[in-house]
Amino acid sequence: MTAVNGAINGGINGAWYLSLAAVVFAIGAFGLLIRRNVLVMFMCIELMLNAANLTFVTFANMLHDIGGQVLVFFVLVVAAAEVVVGLGIVVAIFRRRANATADDLHLMKG
Amino acid sequence: MLATAHGLLLAASTTTHVDYVAWTTFVVAAAIVLAGAVGVVVARNPVHSALMLVMTLFGVAVLFVLQRADFLAVVQVIVYAGAIVVLFLFVIMFLGVDRQENVAIEPLRGQRPLAVALVALGATGLLLLGEVSKWTTGAPSVAGSTDTSTSNVAQLGRSVYTTYLFPFEVTSALLVIAVVGAVVLARRPPAVANPPGDGGTEDVTGEDPSVSDLAVEEAYAASRPAEPTDEAHGEVAP
Repeated sequence: MTAVNGAINGGINGAWYLSLAAVVFAIGAFGLLIRRNVLVMFMCIELMLNAANLTFVTFANMLHDIGGQVLVFFVLVVAAAEVVVGLGIVVAIFRRRANATADDLHLMKG
Repeated sequence: MLATAHGLLLAASTTTHVDYVAWTTFVVAAAIVLAGAVGVVVARNPVHSALMLVMTLFGVAVLFVLQRADFLAVVQVIVYAGAIVVLFLFVIMFLGVDRQENVAIEPLRGQRPLAVALVALGATGLLLLGEVSKWTTGAPSVAGSTDTSTSNVAQLGRSVYTTYLFPFEVTSALLVIAVVGAVVLARRPPAVANPPGDGGTEDVTGEDPSVSDLAVEEAYAASRPAEPTDEAHGEVAP
C-alpha cells in the first residue's frame, strides 16, 4: 500500500472509516440501552471502545500523527483494567444471587 | 452499502489511483465488523455474543492493518480477542449464566423506542458532524509522524517512551490497582469459623500480605451481614 498524502490511503477516503466507526458506536450504545444481561452490556461497551479506537487510528493515518495510535494503546490498557474490575464486580454480584439482570441491581446493598 | 461503495469506487477511479485490493479488504472487513456488532446486540445467548464480539475485533484489527497500525492490530488480537474475550467467556461459563435471555419482554415501558430514537439522533449527529465540521485544526504534531521510513513499532515505542512517558507510568499504576481490586472483589468471603488470616483462601490470592490483610479485613467486614446467601451461590455453581 503506497502512502499518499491527505486523507486518501489506498484510494479509501478516511470518511469511510469514520462513518463505519460511528455506526459501530451507535450499535454499541443501542445494545447498552436495551440489553438486560450485565455481561452483554459489558460487551457493548467494548464495541463502543473499539469504535473510538478505529476513529483514533483513522485520524492518526489521515493526519500523519502517531499520537492517535498512542492513544489507542492507552485505551487498550484502560479497557483491560475496566474489564477486570467490572467482571470482578459481576462475579461478586452473581455469587449473592442466582439470576441477576441489570434491573435487579437497584440497591447499593448486595 | 456495497452499492454505494462501488459507486464511489467508480467515481474515484477516474480521478486518482484506486487500490482495488485495499477497497475489497475494507468492504469485507467493514461487513464483518458490522455483522459482528449487530450479532453482539441481538444474540440471545451471552456465549454467542462473546463470539460475535471476537468477529468484530478481528475485523477492526484488519482495518488497523489497512491503516498501517500494525502493532495495534497485533495487540488488538492478542489483548482483546485473546485476553478480554476469553475473560468474558470464562466468567460466563464459571457463573453458569449462559442461559438464553428472553429478549421479547420489555420490563421498562417505552425503553426500546426511546433507545432507538436516542441512538438514531446520536448517530445522525456524529455523521453530520463529520460532514460539516473541519477535521483538522492545523496544529503541528507533537508526537511524531507516521512515516513509512521507520517501522510502526519503532515510531510507537519512541513516542510512548519519550513524549508519553508519564502517562505510560501512570498506566502501570492503574493496572496494579485493577489487579488488586479484582482480587479483593473476586475472593470468597471467609467462613465464619475461620477468622481472616489463617484460612486457606488467603494463600490462593498469593498477593503481598501487607496489602491483602487490609483487603481481607474489609471484605470480611462487608460480607458478614449477608452470610446466608451462600446457599444461593450453591445453586449457581453446583
